[in-house]
Amino acid sequence: MRRLSWFNTVSLTLGFAFLYIPMIILVIYSFNAGKLVTVWTGFSTKWYGELFQNEAFLNAAWVTLKVAVISSTFATVLGTMAAYVMVRGGRFYGRTLFSGMIYAPLVMPEVITGLSLLLLFIAIGLDRGTLTIVLAHTTFSMCYVSVVVSSRLVTFDRSLEEAALDLGCTPFDAFKSVTLPIIAPAVISGWLLAFTLSLDDLVIASFTSGPSSTTLPIKIFSAVRLGVSPEINALSSIMIGIVAFGVITTSLMSKRAITRRQAEENKAVQ
Amino acid sequence: MRRLSLISVPYLWLLALFLVPFLIVLKISLSDTALAIPPYTPTLDLSQGWAGLAQWWAGLDMENFWFLAEDNLYWKAYLSSLKIAVTSTLLTLLVGYPIAYGMTRAPDEWRPTLMMLVILPFWTSFLIRVYAWKAILSQEGLLNQLLMNIGLISEPLIILNTNLAVYIGIVYTYLPFMVLPIFAALDRLDGSLLEAAEDLGCSRLTAFWLVTMPLSKQGIIAGSFLVFIPAMGEFVIPALLGGSKTLMIGKVLWEEFFSNRDWPVASAVAVILLLLLIIPIVLFQRNEEKQREAEG
Repeated sequence: MRRLSWFNTVSLTLGFAFLYIPMIILVIYSFNAGKLVTVWTGFSTKWYGELFQNEAFLNAAWVTLKVAVISSTFATVLGTMAAYVMVRGGRFYGRTLFSGMIYAPLVMPEVITGLSLLLLFIAIGLDRGTLTIVLAHTTFSMCYVSVVVSSRLVTFDRSLEEAALDLGCTPFDAFKSVTLPIIAPAVISGWLLAFTLSLDDLVIASFTSGPSSTTLPIKIFSAVRLGVSPEINALSSIMIGIVAFGVITTSLMSKRAITRRQAEENKAVQ
Repeated sequence: MRRLSLISVPYLWLLALFLVPFLIVLKISLSDTALAIPPYTPTLDLSQGWAGLAQWWAGLDMENFWFLAEDNLYWKAYLSSLKIAVTSTLLTLLVGYPIAYGMTRAPDEWRPTLMMLVILPFWTSFLIRVYAWKAILSQEGLLNQLLMNIGLISEPLIILNTNLAVYIGIVYTYLPFMVLPIFAALDRLDGSLLEAAEDLGCSRLTAFWLVTMPLSKQGIIAGSFLVFIPAMGEFVIPALLGGSKTLMIGKVLWEEFFSNRDWPVASAVAVILLLLLIIPIVLFQRNEEKQREAEG
């Protein structure tokens, strides 16, 4: 019954061309020899070389990575707890407010989140720096983690947990040895999501960072505002390359895991 | 006991770092600008006890909001943000729906690849994806080179630093947010309903209009909110692709804060933006809860 009409084919082709051509052009022009990003003058990798000699960029990359690892780990713990509370917590006082606070940051304009967090940090006298960016990133990315994890929690069979409890597990043991292994893929993708959100954030980091803790997006933004530069193209290409590699390997791995499981199931049936 | 601590840790975290900050924004929006550190007055001085509190309370007023109401710039910025957000949400829907629809019609073995192709840009840096358009849209950029080479135009088009570039930027960066919920809704759709409609004499187009469209409504709603709400407060896209004439409230807030260092006015701008967005945010949350209940 299902088949692609010419309309479907055209819209898929155009749609994906629209999504990918700008990024492909960006990568191609990072190998341009000339200083102008729009005129091709020959192949060269010199911009990559210059990038690795630019200490300001390297420092910013290090700060960004540090913030991303710490904040996504906190966000994963808090977000998983929040998801568990939302799905399994039953009714409790202030549940509506809680679910509001989980969903609102997903769509909240970043300028508002950034401004409000900055004003909080100043009100309590916390100096702006790596710590304040970590706190800010943990707060907004825990909500994303919680949405990812709760969608997995909703679909899983609750009787497994109940069986563990009946067999004498404490609720914590039941969570550790039954629930956690089942929701682990969602928890991992939640961590990855929080990690990339933190790597990518410009607006909130601009509000909450101090002069000593410039992150890579802040650095890129101030360079890009002045115009296009081949060095930024090289940096962008590296980042695109890492993401593409990561996403493609994880999806291939999960695909292989699925085929293996199916093969085992088939064997078991025979 | 354990349940209580499980609930209270994320709860208190969000209260302290999400709700309390908003109350502070509200408070500062009612304060006056001052040449001091921090640059506003009054500040709460609890060392004087009740007198300090009373003094602080008396110092708050609506002055900043009157200022916003009187100055045309802010009205125009809110209206123009609304216009840009609505237009680009519709454009994203127009571009995204056929992609999501095509994905559901594609053979099963293509599915994982297509899904990955939609999600991949979402993992890639937002800033970089916006930046990529700068080289394409500029006057001596690749789009103009291409159009001039094939002879469609003789003069380069001016796209970069106009609202058109902002629309392109928003549609481009938010497209996955529109495609994924619509795809999820279309994917749940029972194919036999379409067969029934066709058996009963509907043409394919009528069947699409009467069956597929209404049943994918929730995906359309979710996708539109996911584009509209953040687009309203967008800063990066108008800052990089828009021109000096592109008026968006996120940019105004940023400039009030970073360039003019007027914290009370920046806070007042944020309070009004939030008030405008509260209705769509609540509707979005209802839609999500409804969908979750339908699944659970």
